[in-house]
Amino acid sequence: MTRLFLTVLAATLFSIFNVLSTSPVAAASGKLVIVTSYPPDTTETVKKAFEKKHPSIKVEMLKKKTTAGIKYLQETSSNNTSDMFWASAPDAFEVLKGDDLLAKYSVKQKGIPEKVGSFPINDPDGYYKGFAASGYGIMWNTRYMKAKKLPNPKEWADLKDPVYHGHVGMSAPSRSGTTHLTVETVLQGMGWEAGWAEWKAMAGNFKTVTERSFGVPDGVNSGQFGIGIVIDFFGLSSQASGFPVEFVYPTVTTLVPANFAIVKNAPNPDAAAAFIEYLLSPDGQEVLLDPKIRRLPVNPATYAKAPKGFPNPFKDKSIGAAVKFDLGLSKSRYNVVNSLFDVMVTYRLGDLVAVTQAIQEAEAKAGGNAAAKKLIAEAKALVAKVPITEAQAADKSFNAIFKTKRKKATTKVKGRQAEVEKEWDDMVVANYAKAKALAEKAMNM
Amino acid sequence: MQSFTRGDSKAVWIAVALSVFLFVFLVLPIGKVIYVAFQNPHTGELTLLNFADFFNANLFRQSFFNSFYVAGMSVLLATLIAIPLAYYTTRFNFKGAVLIQTLGFVPLIMPPFVGAVAMVLLLGENGSVNLLLDEWFGFTIPFMTGLNGVILVESIHYFPFILINLSAALNNIDRAMEESAQNLGARGTRLFRRIVFPLAMPGYVAGAALVFIKVFDDIGTPLLLNINNMLAPQAYLRISSIGISDPMGYVISVILVVFSIFSLWVSLQAMRGKDYATVQKGGGGLAKRDMRAWEKTSCYAIIIIILLFVLSPHIGLTLLSFGTVWSFSVLPDGFTIGHYVTIFESASGYITNTLLYAGIAATADVIIGTAIAYIVLRTGIAGRKWLDYVSTGALAIPGVVLGIGYLRTFHDFQVPIIDKPLASWWVIIAIALTIRRLPYALRACMAALQQLSVALEEAAENLGATKATTVRRIVIPLMSGGILAGFITSFATASVELSATIMLVSQESDAPLAAGIYEFMQSSAGRGPGAALGMIAVLIVGLGTYLSHHVIERSKRERESIAVIAEEAKTHV
Repeated sequence: MTRLFLTVLAATLFSIFNVLSTSPVAAASGKLVIVTSYPPDTTETVKKAFEKKHPSIKVEMLKKKTTAGIKYLQETSSNNTSDMFWASAPDAFEVLKGDDLLAKYSVKQKGIPEKVGSFPINDPDGYYKGFAASGYGIMWNTRYMKAKKLPNPKEWADLKDPVYHGHVGMSAPSRSGTTHLTVETVLQGMGWEAGWAEWKAMAGNFKTVTERSFGVPDGVNSGQFGIGIVIDFFGLSSQASGFPVEFVYPTVTTLVPANFAIVKNAPNPDAAAAFIEYLLSPDGQEVLLDPKIRRLPVNPATYAKAPKGFPNPFKDKSIGAAVKFDLGLSKSRYNVVNSLFDVMVTYRLGDLVAVTQAIQEAEAKAGGNAAAKKLIAEAKALVAKVPITEAQAADKSFNAIFKTKRKKATTKVKGRQAEVEKEWDDMVVANYAKAKALAEKAMNM
Repeated sequence: MQSFTRGDSKAVWIAVALSVFLFVFLVLPIGKVIYVAFQNPHTGELTLLNFADFFNANLFRQSFFNSFYVAGMSVLLATLIAIPLAYYTTRFNFKGAVLIQTLGFVPLIMPPFVGAVAMVLLLGENGSVNLLLDEWFGFTIPFMTGLNGVILVESIHYFPFILINLSAALNNIDRAMEESAQNLGARGTRLFRRIVFPLAMPGYVAGAALVFIKVFDDIGTPLLLNINNMLAPQAYLRISSIGISDPMGYVISVILVVFSIFSLWVSLQAMRGKDYATVQKGGGGLAKRDMRAWEKTSCYAIIIIILLFVLSPHIGLTLLSFGTVWSFSVLPDGFTIGHYVTIFESASGYITNTLLYAGIAATADVIIGTAIAYIVLRTGIAGRKWLDYVSTGALAIPGVVLGIGYLRTFHDFQVPIIDKPLASWWVIIAIALTIRRLPYALRACMAALQQLSVALEEAAENLGATKATTVRRIVIPLMSGGILAGFITSFATASVELSATIMLVSQESDAPLAAGIYEFMQSSAGRGPGAALGMIAVLIVGLGTYLSHHVIERSKRERESIAVIAEEAKTHV
């Protein structure tokens, strides 16, 4: 009996010691399975650096697209084999947190500020942590711009200019977590109606909507199109890899943290904790400056080691300050925004590009003709029209249509996603056709 | 009806085992997926509502049309590429034949998405060819614009299916048929139209049906070229972006499955009532003749043009793997071997995994394929045709759907001893590849057996051989060409399969080549190493194909001696 008591006491003391100890992770060992959306350039570089520091831990990277990663963790939750989730988009972590798939963790490392831009670096509820900051902006291929004699864009609004017609590429928000943030940022920064109008005016100049977020820097790097709407590290790392590209942050952008979190019921939570502590340490933060990675560290001190011209959001307060990104709002209409973008832009890009071209030509021709101008304004309004209001987009019961997973068999939802999307599609196609007819009429005036 | 001999009862057991395998690893997971298509997403009851939604939506109808158009055009273009190559190699004696037959397989052994990357760099709107055209002549050709790009990439990628099957069929035509026709006065085009073409038809239709179905459900190529308005990409987009619970992705899957099975059925109907079996195998193939000098020149010219065209993805990939930065220019800025160094340092695991998985899959495929072909064509077991239908149906299952089906079905099944869910054990990848590639091996085995006259087996049995001996000593040796063709096709295409494996790879150390290339291609600095890895894949499988070709040639000589015996047996009967 005494012996049992002593064992229990020892075990308790040991675990208390573990919690109190500043480096509980020194003891961690074994295999660490990380589900990540990052390319090998990032994961291999970080993995090598981490394993050098913690030789007893072997890191297994499991590459999944953010959306696929969420699905993987959901599907395997009954029998979880992953320790960590490591990806850019904070809303992906919100989804996992909402499904109760993450474990809480408090960081020991010091020197990481509360906020970057106007965004808190760590999840206020303590589930996921930021390790780097990312902003969204515009990249372009300098050779392409020179060959096609295009000016360099600076703001989102510049991309509406007819000179860029057919030269811009972007990914779809439903396909890429980072693109979703870009779309949401503009919607929040400019308002629902104006934001969508802005997006559709830009999208009218699109050459393509790529399936993967990397499809955009890839297209710009190889010169398939000149300009891409991308997350900063795509632009910065392409530049560091030698491609003739440049990158700029527009005023309406937001800096959001890229995150990691320990998965609930992780087989090896100690190793996961070690990974978090390492990447937030000065050594780990410096790894982010590697030319293959080029992400903005969250430790302000690390910027002293950055190459010349590297953006520093802790110094340059203009980056990401214009918009206060509301994660709750983004989450409340996540699927609706994705679906709207797909219906209005991705799947109807051909129609949208055609009507935009007609409007641009009519505008160029109209000059001072008031009647033509009136028709053009009408056409623009038709193109800009959004099938639903902002209030409806955030409406809980309406959103439920887009969350087809039933919590209970008795849960009743009115309407089906396919049905709603068909309604939108009919409206969008009709509006684009009408607007095109108006623009053509204006052209012939 | 044949009497129920011992051999037949053995065949019944084999048939039962095969049925169980197919049920567990194909029917059950897909059944789970299909069930969702008929389920009301909110109430959970069975309904046809999802299908009504599908046909009401303009977008889906348009996608359906686009898929149909692209698949049809790809078959047409693939046929135009394959016919001259097949014809020249089987009809004439010339040194280029081995080159064609090896290089002709090469497009198959590159993942289509890698091919698409390289084709965009060469033939895209601002690719090398168009940059040159624009500079010299001031115009560009939209090779890769919109659906054109998909058609081009798909037909270049899949034409070997037609080439392989057509060449095999031409090689198997009984020379006696041709000679009889010639004796009766048929020459030139008439000989081709009335004898060669009809006799080669089963091979051609088999190949063309494969191309049609593969293009119909290919996901990677349209997605990489950013074409969304097609059925398979829509299914993938729905399932992977809206979620595993969105019914539309499953509805599209069901429609793909139904349509593919329907087109297979149509091709079977077209073949009905035509007995193409020939007795004599040894001196198989049309009479080959030497070419006159001018014929040789024009023949080489045509072949070189076609090969340059179909190998353009490989040319692009080679440049990419040795190039430093390739951006809006005709050629890369500079050349380096650095990407290969990177690969050898970090990526050998991908290669071993690929050889392992594809090797297991292809071996299992030819064994299962031969067994099914024999059961279907040579036994009277009730419902035997279903083995064929079900395994061929695997062709119509998009890889992603199979992957999701496996995740759903096998995740809670713990494998004993290693104590791991079956869904995250590497063996599941090999099984997925086996199922995915089984139709290829099966078609090849079926075609081989179809062309084998049952008289040879009857002769062996009349001479006292048991069923098992007959199979071992007569059927399998005479089918060896077809079996090997099936092995190569399965192995080569399994080594570059992406869509199902990417769902099932649960840890990096299990990832095969295609997944590795895909990952490398997702970053700016990774394009070169990704291309280098792609080149290694092409080389390994290309080498394998070349070696197998030698094996085929050798076994052909062996078959010739068997055929002589068969010939004698025939004359004695």
